[in-house]
Amino acid sequence: MLYREAGQFKSTYAQDSQIFPLLQDRVAMVALLLVAFIVVPLVGDQYWLSAIITPFLVLSLAALGLNILTGYAGQLSLGTAAFMAIGAFMAYNAVLRIPGIPILAAFAIGGLCAAAVGLVFGLPSLRIKGLYLAVATLACQFFVLWAINRIGWLSNHSSSGVITAQSMAIFGFAIATPAAKYLLTLFVVVFMALAAKNLMRSETGRAFMAVRDMDVAASVIGIPMMKTKLLAFAISSFYCGVAGALYAYCYLGTVEPEAFTLDLSFRVLFMIIIGGVGSILGSFLGAAFITLFPIFLSVGSKWIETLLGIEMSHAVVSNTEAIIFGSLIILFLIVEPLGLARLWQVAKEKLRLWPFPH
Amino acid sequence: MTFFIEVVAGGLLAGVMYALVALGFVLIYKASGVFNFAQGSMVFFAALTFVSLMERGWNIWLALAVTMVAMILVGVAIERVVLRPLVNQPPITLLMATIGLTFVLEGISQLMWGSQPHGLELGIPDVPMEWLSERWNINISQFDLFAAAVAGILVAVLALLFQKTRIGRALRAVADDHQAALAVGIPLQHIWAIVWATAGFVALVAGVMWGVRNGVQYALTFVALKALPVLILGGFESILGAIVGGLIIGASEKVAEVYVGPMVGGGIESWFAYVVALLFLLVRPEGLFGEKHIDRV
Repeated sequence: MLYREAGQFKSTYAQDSQIFPLLQDRVAMVALLLVAFIVVPLVGDQYWLSAIITPFLVLSLAALGLNILTGYAGQLSLGTAAFMAIGAFMAYNAVLRIPGIPILAAFAIGGLCAAAVGLVFGLPSLRIKGLYLAVATLACQFFVLWAINRIGWLSNHSSSGVITAQSMAIFGFAIATPAAKYLLTLFVVVFMALAAKNLMRSETGRAFMAVRDMDVAASVIGIPMMKTKLLAFAISSFYCGVAGALYAYCYLGTVEPEAFTLDLSFRVLFMIIIGGVGSILGSFLGAAFITLFPIFLSVGSKWIETLLGIEMSHAVVSNTEAIIFGSLIILFLIVEPLGLARLWQVAKEKLRLWPFPH
Repeated sequence: MTFFIEVVAGGLLAGVMYALVALGFVLIYKASGVFNFAQGSMVFFAALTFVSLMERGWNIWLALAVTMVAMILVGVAIERVVLRPLVNQPPITLLMATIGLTFVLEGISQLMWGSQPHGLELGIPDVPMEWLSERWNINISQFDLFAAAVAGILVAVLALLFQKTRIGRALRAVADDHQAALAVGIPLQHIWAIVWATAGFVALVAGVMWGVRNGVQYALTFVALKALPVLILGGFESILGAIVGGLIIGASEKVAEVYVGPMVGGGIESWFAYVVALLFLLVRPEGLFGEKHIDRV
């Protein structure tokens, strides 16, 4: 009833090609942003802001980066965490070695360094594809972590490779409280998500999708294979690098290279699979699911313990959580291979016809 | 010179251990086109079940048989619950499903048997062969040779199974073309169950060998990561490739670790195998013995 496009006519090209063609969508989006920028920092308490919402946003950005590469350009990668690590450590070095550098510029430097490494490890994609490529990207994951551990310069010769994020300030405002860090993260994520959305609607994005759907056909119709694939790797790594810098500066504060293991790469990959491959919205939905689900599980297990009046050992709880988590992923793949974004789309289509579906 | 021979021989024998794990991957990939990331946790599950049964005082052969039955059940269950509903999905979906499976298998095995590390003894000492070290001053572990022999027997048995039996013919037919195999009346689902059970058996053998070497503990799941470069080097579809790839990776890794490692600060074994495989792929994208893919528009 409320969600109708009836009466909304498009009379200019600009209207025809806007991101949210429906007025209701635009209103909802503005409302969501208002809530995110104003209500959440006012209402949210310390724990929620710093332990749940900020990591959710950071991981959404990483998932977005992987989605550009895997979902849009069709190149499977298992090296996400490595690019995040490069972003984190290079942003740290930028702040450390360039006096007076704005923090956003340091994040950008982290992202650019990740993009450069991404270019190098994207080179094999010109020759190999599919699962072979996925395994090849593991080389990046292991090599980068090894290099960060070995090259003392990167962590300013700290003994165990641990770096501590410096204090941040933008135009003289210190960014120290969880709310301020949350706002900084939110700003970066919203900006980059908008950029990604527009990029994927442009010629570049369409070239990515053509390569994903069939690379031979794409090259036959004149899409430069090398440029497109390498660009996909570079952009994706840039996003992951910035996400890594945010991960270090706004979420963890103190980072060791072991924060960026293969496990993190898998978690980001799960996010885009569960959220929806090849969908910007899906990156956010998937990140929300993967971040919130373990919290629900542990709350649930506590609840069951008090309900049944038994004490479960820590090992039992964590193993049961792993089993439930794994089964849920399998279940998701079986029931909805296109992810949460697809469910959302179906819901919207139903909503358009509601309450008179015929 | 003897030192070099010793290094290469040690590397080759370590490569046999990688190949044992890689074999399980190849079996499943060949027959069902699934890249089974859960192979590592199957190895862990098998080894943990076996060692836990033995620690409860079971006879070694009985424990082996019971573990084997458990692995067959796991294989059949995986086919039934995970793979059958996912037929015709793209490879990345199947890969993700097996990663999910990894969590489930690791959770179940630690829930059943606890997570403390176990030692495993088969009565074959992990010491250098005496006559070799006396004659030529080369140290090669007895256990490594035993593992190599086991791997050889395993490959021979698999080759016999694939080449000489009715099931083997069906397996090869399914590997060649699912639809054509279905059309001539080969029951695809039975075949997949058999393949997963066989992979479970291979996982058991690999698990026992690795268990003796490193102890049965959670780190055993990471041997799968060691097997991946072997796979891309040898090609996903070839049993021979798994063996040859394992030997190449094992030897080059050891040589690099001994001669190059000290120059760059050591610890290069975590990624060196991948880089070797990667460089190799640039020359031959389908691996040593993999099938060449021809793309049609």
